[in-house]
Order: sequence, then C-alpha cells, then structure tokens
Amino acid sequence: MEAIAFYTFAILTTVMFLITVMTSHALYALSALAAGMIFISAFFFLLGADFLGAIQIIVYTGAVMALYAFGMMFFDTTRDVVEKRTSPYIIFGLSGVAALTVVAMFTAPIISDNITALYPAMEGVGNSQMVGMVLFTKYLIPFELAAIMLLVAMVAGIVLAGKKMDVSLTTMSDEEIEREAKQGVLDV
Amino acid sequence: MFEITLQHYLILSTLLFTIGLIGVMRRKNLLMLFFATEILLNSVNIAFAAISSYYGDLTGQMFAFFVIAIAASEVAVGLGLLVLWYKRTGKIDLDAMTSMRG
Amino acid sequence: MEFYLYTALFAPLVGSLFAALFGMSKKNIIAGIIPTALLFVSFLASLNLLVYILGGGAPIEVELMTWMATGDLYVGYGFVVDQVSVVMMMVVTTVSTVVHIYSIGYMDHDKGFNRFFSYLSAFVFSMMVLVMSDNFLGLFIGWEGVGVCSWLLIGFWYHKESATWAANEAFIMNRIADLAMLIGIFLVYWNTGSVRYEEAFAAMPALDASTLTMMGIFLFIGAMGKSAQFPLHTWLADAMEGPTPVSALIHAATMVTAGVYLVVRANPLYDLIPDVGVFIASLGAFVAMFAATMALVNRDMKRVIAYSTLSQLGYMFVAAGLGAYWVALFHLMAHAFFKALLFLGAGNVMHAMHDELDPFKMGDLKTSMKWTWILMTLASVALAGIYPLAGFFSKDLILEVAFVEHHYILYTVLLLTAGLTAFYSFRLVALIFHGDDRHTENGVHPHEAYNFMLWGMLPLAILAVVAGMIFKTPYYEMVTQVLPAIEYHIHNHTVFWIMTIGTQLFVIAAIVYAYKKYAKAVKVDKKVESGVIYQLLFNQYYIPKFYDEYFSKMYQQLSEMMWKLDQKVVDASVDGVANIFYSTGEKTHTMQNGNLSTMLRWMVAGTVILLVLALAFTVGQSEATVELLRSLGVI
Repeated sequence: MEAIAFYTFAILTTVMFLITVMTSHALYALSALAAGMIFISAFFFLLGADFLGAIQIIVYTGAVMALYAFGMMFFDTTRDVVEKRTSPYIIFGLSGVAALTVVAMFTAPIISDNITALYPAMEGVGNSQMVGMVLFTKYLIPFELAAIMLLVAMVAGIVLAGKKMDVSLTTMSDEEIEREAKQGVLDV
Repeated sequence: MFEITLQHYLILSTLLFTIGLIGVMRRKNLLMLFFATEILLNSVNIAFAAISSYYGDLTGQMFAFFVIAIAASEVAVGLGLLVLWYKRTGKIDLDAMTSMRG
Repeated sequence: MEFYLYTALFAPLVGSLFAALFGMSKKNIIAGIIPTALLFVSFLASLNLLVYILGGGAPIEVELMTWMATGDLYVGYGFVVDQVSVVMMMVVTTVSTVVHIYSIGYMDHDKGFNRFFSYLSAFVFSMMVLVMSDNFLGLFIGWEGVGVCSWLLIGFWYHKESATWAANEAFIMNRIADLAMLIGIFLVYWNTGSVRYEEAFAAMPALDASTLTMMGIFLFIGAMGKSAQFPLHTWLADAMEGPTPVSALIHAATMVTAGVYLVVRANPLYDLIPDVGVFIASLGAFVAMFAATMALVNRDMKRVIAYSTLSQLGYMFVAAGLGAYWVALFHLMAHAFFKALLFLGAGNVMHAMHDELDPFKMGDLKTSMKWTWILMTLASVALAGIYPLAGFFSKDLILEVAFVEHHYILYTVLLLTAGLTAFYSFRLVALIFHGDDRHTENGVHPHEAYNFMLWGMLPLAILAVVAGMIFKTPYYEMVTQVLPAIEYHIHNHTVFWIMTIGTQLFVIAAIVYAYKKYAKAVKVDKKVESGVIYQLLFNQYYIPKFYDEYFSKMYQQLSEMMWKLDQKVVDASVDGVANIFYSTGEKTHTMQNGNLSTMLRWMVAGTVILLVLALAFTVGQSEATVELLRSLGVI
C-alpha cells in the first residue's frame, strides 16, 4: 500500500518538475510547479509528518505560488520564453554525475550506518503535538529569528514594490482627495 | 522493492535535486530560475522529513519548517526585486544582465 | 732597481690615459707631447736597466700582486727583467719613442690626433707587459693587449671600410691563433703545474716527448698568428690601411716580433723537441721566399715593405727553429731599427705625394726630398745586408747558422731570398727617388717632412748603421747567460770567405740590376703584367681570394643558419612560454562574463567535482577497499 502510494507520487512529482524545468511556456511551468508542491506534501503525509504536510500546502502551494502568480502578471506570458541554447550536454552530464555521486554516497553502507538520533521522538502523542513541544522548547530561538526574518521580508516586499508614499491618504479628507485627483497632482 | 526504506526517499530526493540543478543551469529567464530554485528547496525538504521519520527524530522536520519559512521570505524579496528590474529594463533575460563582468 | 722596472712598464700607460682625456676634443699638441715625453722616460729607465744588466747585475724579479690563487693554480702579476727581456725592452722603447716624435708631425692635420696617441701609448704598454712578464698568462695578457691596440690602430680611420675590414681581419686571424696558444698554455700548466717560466721550464725535461711536441706546436701556432707566418699571413699586408707610424711601430718592430720573442723565451722547451724546431725553420724559410716573391711585383709602396717584414720574420724563425736563439733575437733587434726607418721614410713620401702609394706614379724625389732619400737608402742597404751595416751581421749570421747546421736546402732558399730582398728593396728606392719625374703631371708638388721628424728618424739611422758592428759582442756576452751559447763557425776558412764574399757579390749584383732596370724612365709594361707568373705574384698567389671564398663565405652561411635557428627555435620557445600565459588568460577570462547562468553552471561543476572527490576519498580509505586491494595484491 505504502509502496504503491510512494511510487505513484514519486512518478507524478518527477514528471511535474520535469515539465517545470523543460517547458518554454511560463504559465505551464507555474502550474506544474504548483502541482508538484501538492504532491510533495503527499509525501510528507506518507512519512507521518502531518504538520509539515499541512504547512507545505498552506505556505508553499498557497502563499508562494500565489506570489508567483501575481508576479507573472507583470510579464508578458503570451510570448514564449526565448532562451539561448547552449550545449545541453554539459548540463545533463554534470547533473547526471552529481546524481550518481550523491546516490552512491547515500547508499554506501559506511554513511547510512553511522547516523544516530539526537532528539528521539516520543510515543503516544500526535505529530502536531510533538512538533509543538520541540518547536517551543528546543528550537525556540530559531523560531523567533524566523519570525523577525519574515517581518523583514514583508517590509522589504512593500518597500520594493510600492510607490512613493509622501502623501498619506488617511489623513486627508475626501474633498481634498477628489480635488487633487481631478487636477492630476495626486500621486496615487 | 516494495518495502520502502530510507534509501528510496533519499534517491527520490536526489533525483528531484538533480532536476532542480538542470533547471538552474538551463534557464535564462529569471522567473524560471526562481522556479528551479523552489524545486531544489523542496527536494531537500523531502530528504529531511524522510530521515527524521525513519530515525524517529524530529530534528529533520524542524529543519524542513525553517526551510519553508525562509523560502517564503526569499520569494517575496526576490519577486520584489524582479519586478523593479523589469520596470527599469523591460526584460528579465539573464544574458542581458552582465554589468558585473570581471 | 724595481723602481726603474715600474717606470719603464707604467710610464706608457700614464701617457695613454693622459691622452685619452683629450679623446673627444680638438687636436691638442699637449696630447702628443706628454705621451712622447713619458715614453722617453720609459726609454731612459730601460736604458738604465740595460746598463745594470750589462754590468753583470742579477735579473730583477717582482710580483705586483696575486692574480689567481685557486686550488693548485697560482698566477701572479709578476715581471722579470733579465737579459732577453731587457733587449726587447730597449727595442720597443727606442722605436716607440722615435715613432711618437714622428707622429706628432705625421698626424698633424688629422682630427683624431689625441686619440691616436692614446692608442699608441696603450699599445706600447701592452707590449711592455708582454716582454716583461714572467709567466705565460701575463704574456697572454700582453698578447691580447697588443692585438686589441693593433685593431684600434689599423682601423684608426674607421670611416674607411677597407680600414675596418683590415682591422677585423687582423684581429680575427690573431684570435684563431690565440686559441691554439691558449691550448698550449693549458698544456704547459697541466703537465708542469705552473705557468711561470722558471718553474715550467724546470719541470719540462721530465715530460715525455709527445707532450712536449704538442706543447711546442700549439705555442708556435699562436706565434704564427702574431708573426704572420703562412697560412695566417694575409692580415699583415692588409694592415697597411693604418697610418704609417702604426705600421712602423707595430708591423715592423714590435707586435709581429712577439711571436719570435715567444719562441726565444720558450727555448728550453724547443731545445727538447728539435723536430718541431726543424719544422719551424722550414716554415720560416718558406715564408721568407714566399713573401719576397710577392714583393717583387707589388705596386703599393707600403705593401712591399710589409712583405719585406714578413720575409725577415721568416729569417728570424729559421734561426730560432735551428736553435740559434740569440741570433734570432739579434736579427729581431737590427731589423726593428732599419725596418722602422723604412716605414717612416715611406710615411714621408706618402705625405709628400698626398697619400699616393704607387711608386710608378712617383720618381725623381731625391731632388725634392733629399734627407728622406738618404735615410731610406741607408735603411735599404742595411736590409740588404751589406757590410758593415747592421743587416750584414744579423742576416748573414743566419745564413751561416743554416750552413753550419747542415741544412743546405734552407741555406739555398735563404740565399736566394737575400738576393730577392735586395732586388725589391732597391726597386722601390729606385722607382721612388730616381728616374724620371712621373708625379708632376699628376699635379703633385712634394716637399720634405718637418725637420723635427727627420731629426727623430736620425737615431734609428745611426742604430741601423752601427748596431751590428758595435753591439754584437756585448750583446752576445749578455744574452748567452740565459740563451744557449753556440758560436757558429765554419771551420774551413776558405769556405767561410767564399760564402761571405759570394753572398755580398750576389746581393750587390741584385742591387745593380734593380737600379739599371728602374732608375730611369720607366713605364708600365703591359706584356709582362699579363703574364701568368706576374698575375700569380701580384694577387698574392690568390690566397686571400681562397680564404674569402672557402672560409669567410662558408662561415657567413653558417652564421646565417644559426641566426635563423636562434630566431625560430630559441626566440620562439621563449615567446611560446609567454604566450602560454597570455592565451590561458584569454581563454579563461570568459569565466567571469557577469552572466548568472554561466556562474551557476560553474558552481554546479565545482560541487560535482567536490562530491566526486569526497566519494573517492571515503571509499578509498574505507577498510573494505583496503581489503579488496590487498586481496588483489596491489598493496
């Protein structure tokens, strides 16, 4: 059962991601990426990391892909992405070698025999509870830092994409706004 | 073959990682490059989760959390910059961005 | 006494340096007078030393400082004044002083006046080093020094291409001979352990004959170059391109006699190898005849005198080769006086004739240049060997030596050459001074040389007359303290008188014939000139052409080939090394083209390489691999 699920999702994910990197349509790539993300969350659920799977769907597929979708609106997506073709052999060759090497590393008995667990999981509690327990005790500092980082990213996003903000619309009355809009002076 | 062990997940992760590498090396459109980067990050997440699950340790999942958080903020900032660049130069082709040539 | 040695040695050097200060300036008479005065000082010092040695003084040996003291080799800057070197010193300083005085007048209108005296005094200094040195290497320094100075002086008028060519020819020919001389010196050091004359000669009797023969031959080849024996003789005639005082000093009295000096100095060596001595004597006789034949027809005044020098050098080598070293040295001394006188007289004629050298264009100069006529005739009589002038005592003595040593072929050759010598000398005198006036039609009005020049030539004339009679006995007494003292007597008195009188008559007959033929109205005889023998002699037996064709041209081709090789191989490889860096840089600078895609690719490539390396190391170090390799037998 598990094997069937694993192989199915594995094949699906691989195909999706291949479409993402190989296609010349930007929209297709975006859609395939979103689909791939969903399938990855399936893996998480398979592995018993429920919380992680949920987070994957909400954050990645939801927020990140939405961001990408909004970003796509800026660019002309009807045109095909024209890319200069350099030698494909280099790319595939390098990647192939990389893949082989890493696989060899992972499967070599010398490595996989030497892994020990540092923070052993507890039995009897659900995954979310376990995550919560570990996150707020042992990983508290990284959690707080991540929060600050997200704040910074948010501010950065606004500053980068926003317009000039000399004029504050909330402190002006409605008549002023209308008057200045008609005159074309208002910078909105 | 039917018994899914850790090796299976790791091999899958490697495969996806390689696909991501292909994308990174191949893509000349900056937006596509970002997509490939997402693939890279996700494949690593799978590996973390798999190891954590098979060894009964929650460290992997914690790592995966933080990777997701970082990826999200990275996308935000990256897209913002990308939009600005597009407004300034009108195209997002990598071959045109060579002002840092040495 | 050492003071006189140093004075005699270094006074010419000081004079040379003094004149060198004026090198680039306009002609300054002081640049001529001071070197002459210093040279006169050197002459006085040498005279003092001569008196000292004649009075029975012991040879003076000094060592200025050490030159090389490495391992077993010890060479110092040592100088010795013994009987042989004092004779040479007297010859050199006397002739040099006269030539210096003469040059003040001869080079009067020359732009390079100051430079000339610097070179001339430098030459005298080198010659003094050569004759006063007490070891072979010091001799070699002097040898090279006179070579360089002669190059400077022959090519004095350096804008004339013929002069520079002649200078190069002289220097290069000498260089070829110097190679052999160096080998000889090396052999001497190697086999005897020292380069000093004393020690080397003391060790020589213990060596075997083949080594000594090698040594002797190589040293003699060096002497051949300097003294212009066949086949290294062509430079001497061409060296007449230099100013006439140079010819007088260098190519009559001093440099060319350095070879003879070497053989005389190395007499202990040559006494041990009599076969080489016979070879030297034969070569000398051959050269004497050879040069005399070429002088018979030549139409260049200075060349005739040059060939005459060559011929007399042959005489000296005959004497030296047959073991009569003191005779050779004596002839060297006498010859220096009258040959220098001849050259200086020729210089007067040249100046008067506006540098015309062909005696057929002169004639009847005895009316306008009386003193030069007298001096040159005197010198020619001395050269011919008429009693009681100097030539008789030295030249005829050599004939006696050949006869007494039972080398009759050599004797005959030398006798014939004596006749030829008399003939061409007086041919020259007759053509120039007697006969009809052939020069006025060319618009040349000759006048006598400056008075002081004539007064300067007078001492040489006096010496040419009396040197034989007066000097012979005291010379003999003195020199035989170091040289083998062999008295050459022909025991049968009848034979002796027949020989002597016969030689004199033969020579006088040749003189009379020359006068008859040339001391009248002469014109160039076209029929004789186109004859084969005439052409052969006139073109110096075509030897210079032969050298040019077979040696110079081949060497030039070889040089050109080497030049191409140098360009294509050496330069190319050096440029290639530089190019490697250049091209590597050019090819790899595209790595940094600012393109993110390229950079990403390089990143992946680097990561892959690191991964592969990590895998290889881990696997390679693991025990499984080690066991595997051990089972395969590799480790």
